[in-house]
Formats: sequence, structure tokens, C-alpha cells
Amino acid sequence: MTAIVEVDQLVKRYPGAAEPAVDRVSFAILQGEVFSLLGPNGAGKTTTISVLSCLLEPTSGDARLAGHSVRTEPHAVRRVIGVVPQDIALYPTLSARQNLMFWGRMYGMTGGELRRRVEEVLETVGLRERAKERIEAYSGGMKRRINIAAGLLHRPQIVFMDEPTVGIDPQSRRNILEMVKLLNGQGMTVLYTTHYMEEAQELSHRIGIIDHGRLIALGTLAELTRLVGEKDAVELKIAAEHSTPELLAALGRVPGVEQVTADDGTLRLLATDANAALPEVIIAANSRGVRVANVAIQEPNLEAVFLHLTGRALRD
Amino acid sequence: MMKMLHIAWKDLIVTFRDRAALILMLAAPFVLTLGMGFITGRFSGGSGDISGVRDIPVILVNLDDGELSEALVSIFTSEELRDLLEPTLTADLASARQQIDDDQAASAVIIPAGFSAGVLQPAAGGGSSQAASIELYISPARPTTAAIIRSIVEGFLSQVETGRIGGEVAVSQLIATGRLAPEEAMSAGIEIGSRLGSDPAATALITVRSVSGQAEEQAPFDPLAYLAPGMALLFLMYTVSLGGSSLLAEQREGTLQRMRTTPTSSSQVLGGKLFGVYLTGVAQLVILISASALLFRIDWGRPLDVFLLVLAVVAGAAGWGTLLAAISKTPTQASSMGMALMLAFGILGGSFFGGAQLPLPMEILSKITPNAWGLAGFSALALGGTLGDILPSIGPLLVMGAILFAIAVVLFRRRGLGRG
Repeated sequence: MTAIVEVDQLVKRYPGAAEPAVDRVSFAILQGEVFSLLGPNGAGKTTTISVLSCLLEPTSGDARLAGHSVRTEPHAVRRVIGVVPQDIALYPTLSARQNLMFWGRMYGMTGGELRRRVEEVLETVGLRERAKERIEAYSGGMKRRINIAAGLLHRPQIVFMDEPTVGIDPQSRRNILEMVKLLNGQGMTVLYTTHYMEEAQELSHRIGIIDHGRLIALGTLAELTRLVGEKDAVELKIAAEHSTPELLAALGRVPGVEQVTADDGTLRLLATDANAALPEVIIAANSRGVRVANVAIQEPNLEAVFLHLTGRALRD
Repeated sequence: MMKMLHIAWKDLIVTFRDRAALILMLAAPFVLTLGMGFITGRFSGGSGDISGVRDIPVILVNLDDGELSEALVSIFTSEELRDLLEPTLTADLASARQQIDDDQAASAVIIPAGFSAGVLQPAAGGGSSQAASIELYISPARPTTAAIIRSIVEGFLSQVETGRIGGEVAVSQLIATGRLAPEEAMSAGIEIGSRLGSDPAATALITVRSVSGQAEEQAPFDPLAYLAPGMALLFLMYTVSLGGSSLLAEQREGTLQRMRTTPTSSSQVLGGKLFGVYLTGVAQLVILISASALLFRIDWGRPLDVFLLVLAVVAGAAGWGTLLAAISKTPTQASSMGMALMLAFGILGGSFFGGAQLPLPMEILSKITPNAWGLAGFSALALGGTLGDILPSIGPLLVMGAILFAIAVVLFRRRGLGRG
């Protein structure tokens, strides 16, 4: 397969900022791939998508989409991409159909072709029956689905989806994930940003992990988890008020435990042998008056990868 | 070009679906015009009486038995003023005052005993100025109609005074030339003054009408033909500032950025937004004018001339609206400044105090408002003017719009909009 997106040493520095928001990022996305950029909030995911969708000019470096440079051919780039922004970018007092008709016209579509395509994408997102209703009457999940539909009207070669599941209920989230799979099944290349490792794991052919504007790892899920080695990820549930730096330091001193992070009442550990280390971990917690309510040993996942690479949890 | 039209049309629909905006754009000017129509009595008139003022209840308390009081009563009961006035004669002063206090009549004209003699024979009347005065007892609840009664009485007194002075001059001249003996002066003066003061031909001059010094053929002027455009132009300023601020609102909501991820140039986006402001303003004025013509029977003038003036006045106003958006940082800021500008232009441009003479500096300042030029044009058309009469309004409005649009585009481009 050929690369349809080629990002080369991309840098974006905002005026007055001490550090670049995107720092020498390079990657390629193959045609027909779902590629996820995974990272915590503020990692540089949205800035990367903004540069690739020609909303922001890169400070240095370049990116080519379907062979067109974002620096020198932004108009051509805009013809091959569909952008689904993180926030709902629709007109609340217009109906779903009116919104889609408007956005289709912005992509240069007209007449019967536009009308047919609007009905198709309404069918795709499962809202054809409610297309006459105003967007302001929709639930958050329905708005998200129309927000996605507006980026698909012109059958783009590449779709950018910037955290499309933020702030919606589990059922709507499931609908959107299924929709991404469907679109990819129809041959669309998808660049998907998220800070939910489960979404990246489920959807992606390959994943780029981004932190502080830098791409710190890139590969398939299997390739990335191998970075963690043979280590086990252990999750402990304790009372949130007991999650103190002293406890974390004490657990870090247990033989076989390599890294410890806390997220309210959830402690995450990387251990070379979880079964061997767990009794000492529980004793160390109990000796400080902390009762462990639940213990889970997990297969290495992206959370563990991120912890391994940065020493921080993905949600930090 | 088509994308600009699509953006403008979308803005028009979005604006007309905003209930709050509709209230201020259409309902408010309509209701205010309606209210002013009632205040001016425009809606109490018959079909042939476009001034709307008629059948003013007035009480004549004639305590005098002289020629002048009879002359004044004959004016109030004359055929010429039959439609305008509804006079009642009485000699009961207390009852007349009570009726005014109870708002059963607009005014009582009280002619005291000895009034005629006091004017014609000052010595016989005791020489006191009180004897020669007429009292107007008016209802504070009816200021407009009371003012009409006052003007009729003042007109009469002015003629009486003219007659009295004329008589004195004539008698002096006759005595000086030896044609009249000094002992005959008193009776001759009374005779001349009386004739001049009560000459029906002279009293017939008292009328109530509006006059324009510009229209060759003076058409009867409908007060609503000034009030309605005044209100429409006032709220047009709201519409254009709302339209301008929609650009900032789209930036805040992310739809502007989304447009810029489509193959639509920034120039097309900016052009479409500005055209949307213009289109919305035109739609507002066309609706207001059509509705007021139908419901209030306002004659705005020839439709084509009115439409051309609408296109020009919206250009001037939309220029201000887009300039406001260009200098504002947030939609809220643009809206606040828009409201302030709307009120300031309303005052300066004559939307509130139509036709009032402003102090010179404000008169000059009013020329920067679309309201002043627009009102001048609409008034000219209402008085029967044609395209030639409104060209002095259309020209400055188009120039105003062009200059303000140009400045706004430069400012928008500095902010990264409208380039590329």
C-alpha cells in the first residue's frame, strides 16, 4: 500500500509559546488505514490535525496529502480531506438536512448529486428519519453523528476525526466507533485522535503516541505493547484519600515493581512478575493503613505503553 | 460567487429563525410605529384624513357679548373646521373646567366678559390687560390636540392685534391729514379695528397642515410616513450589528474554521458573510415597509424608488455593522457596541425626534448616520418625490457603505480573515 499522508519534521510553534505545540513530528499513513494519534489532553493532537487540514500554517516542515503540500497547495489538500472537528461545528437553528446541504455546497456539490449524497450520509449515521429536526433539538450523540456526516459528504479520500467521542454517552460512542469501521470498510483513510486507549486499540491499524508535541512511539498495537517487554500491568483499587506520594514511593520500592502512577483511587503498576510482587505490594499498603479493595493483573496495553514511555498515566 | 450566495442565504435563514432577533428586527419597530400612530391620532382619522386628527372636543365659554368673541366663536364653529373640531358652547365656567379635568374635552377656550371692549376700547374696558386676554384651560392628557386649539386661538389673536394696530395707524394718518376730526377718532378706530379683526376672509386662513418647502407639488404629509422609516432605520442598525457579530460568533462556534477546511477561500467566506449582513438588512426593511403599507396604509412613494433607497440605506448601515465586527473581539462586544451605535444614530439621525432642529455640531454629526440620509430620502418620497429627489440621499449612503466596507475588509484581513 502507498502512503496517502506523509508528515515530515512538522513543527508548529504558537507566538509567545515557550515550547512548540508540535515538535518535529514525522509519520506516514497508508491508504485505507485507520491511524490513531493517542495522547493526553494538550499533547498536540488537535494542532497536528489543524496543520494537516490547512487551518494553521506549519512553522517548519511539511506534510503531503494525496501528493499535495499543505504549505503550497492548501486548496488542493482541502478537496481530498474531510474534517470532523472536536467541537460540534453546526448551525443549531437549521435542521440536520439543511446543515448537510450547506456543508455540501461548501465542498462544491450541487443539485441532485448533493441531495442524493445528503440522504446517503444521513442513512450512514442513522438519522434520516429525524433529518427535518433542528440540530438544537438533538441529543449530544446525535449532534456528534451529524458533525461526522458533514465531513463525509464529498467522499473524501482522507477523514480527520478529532476526538469525536468526547462527552457523549456509551451507546452513541459505540455508534461512532462502528461508523468509523464502516467508513474504513468503504475504503476511507482515517486519521483519528483520542485520549481513550480503548478506542485506539479497537479501531487502529497503527497508532502514534504523542506527548508534549513529540511522537514518542509508532506502530501496531502488538509492536507497541512489545515495548513494555514481558512486564505485567497491575491495577489496584484503594480509597482515593489514601493515594499519597508516600504510598506511591513505598510501592515503587517493592522488588519487581518498576513504575507506579495514581488516578484518584486507582493505582497502576508495571511489574516484571506481578504474581511475585503482589504480596509485598499489599503488605506495603496495609502497613500504611491502606486497604486494597480490588486487584487486577492485565495484559500489557497502551496504557502500560504510555506509562512505560513517559512515567505518567495517559489521563495525567 | 455561488458559495458567497450560499453563505449569505444561510445567514438570512439563521437570522430569521432567531426569535429574539425577530422581535427586535420586526416586532419592535412595528409596535413602536403603531404606538406612535396612536399618539399622533393617526389611527383615529377617517379614510380621507391622513393627518388622523379630527373631532377634537373643545368647550367655548363665552362670557363676553362683543363682536370679537362672536368672531372667535364663529371660527370654532365654521364649516372649514367642522371635521377638525367638535365645539360645545356654554356659559358655565365651572362645568367647563370640570369636563377638562375629567378628560371629556381637550380644551376650554374661556372668553372673559368685556373682552371685545377691552381690545377695541381699552379705556372703556378699564384699560387693564386682563380684560383683553383669553384663557385656555387644557387637558394635560391631550397635548397634541390642545396645541392645535392653542394655535387657532393664537392665530385669531394675532389677527385681532393686527386689526387693532391697523386701526390706530389709520386713525393717526387720517387725523394728521385733516380728514378726521380728533373727537371722531375713537368711533372710527373701533369701526376699522372691528372690521379688520372679524373679517371672515382673514379668519379663513387658519388651517392645520404640514408644508414641505422642497416638493413642488405638496402632497399631504402622513406623520407615519416619517415615524415608520424612523423606527425601521433605528432597528436596521440592530440588524446589521447582529449580522456583523455573527462572523465573530461563527469563529467562536467553530463553523468559520470548518468552512476554512473546505475548498472555500477566505475571501469567499468573508464576502458571503458581508453579503449576508446586507441581504438580511434589505429583507428586514422590505418586510417592514410592505407590512406598514398594507396595515397602516402608509404611502411610502413609488415602489421602485423606495426599493432603490432601501438598497442604498442598507449599504450604509451594513457598512457600520461590518466595521463594528471588524473592531470587536467577541460577539458580545460587537452586540454591546451595536446597541450603543443604534441608539446614538437614532438620536442623531432623527429616528426619535424626527424633524427637530438639532444644534449645528450635531446636525453635522448626523451626516455620518444612515438614519439621517435615509429619513431624508423616505420623507421626500412620502411627499411625492421621485428618484431625482432621493439621489442626494442615495449617493452619500453608497459612498458611506463603500468606505466602511473597505475599512472593515482591511481590518478583517489583518486578523487573518478574507485572505487567500
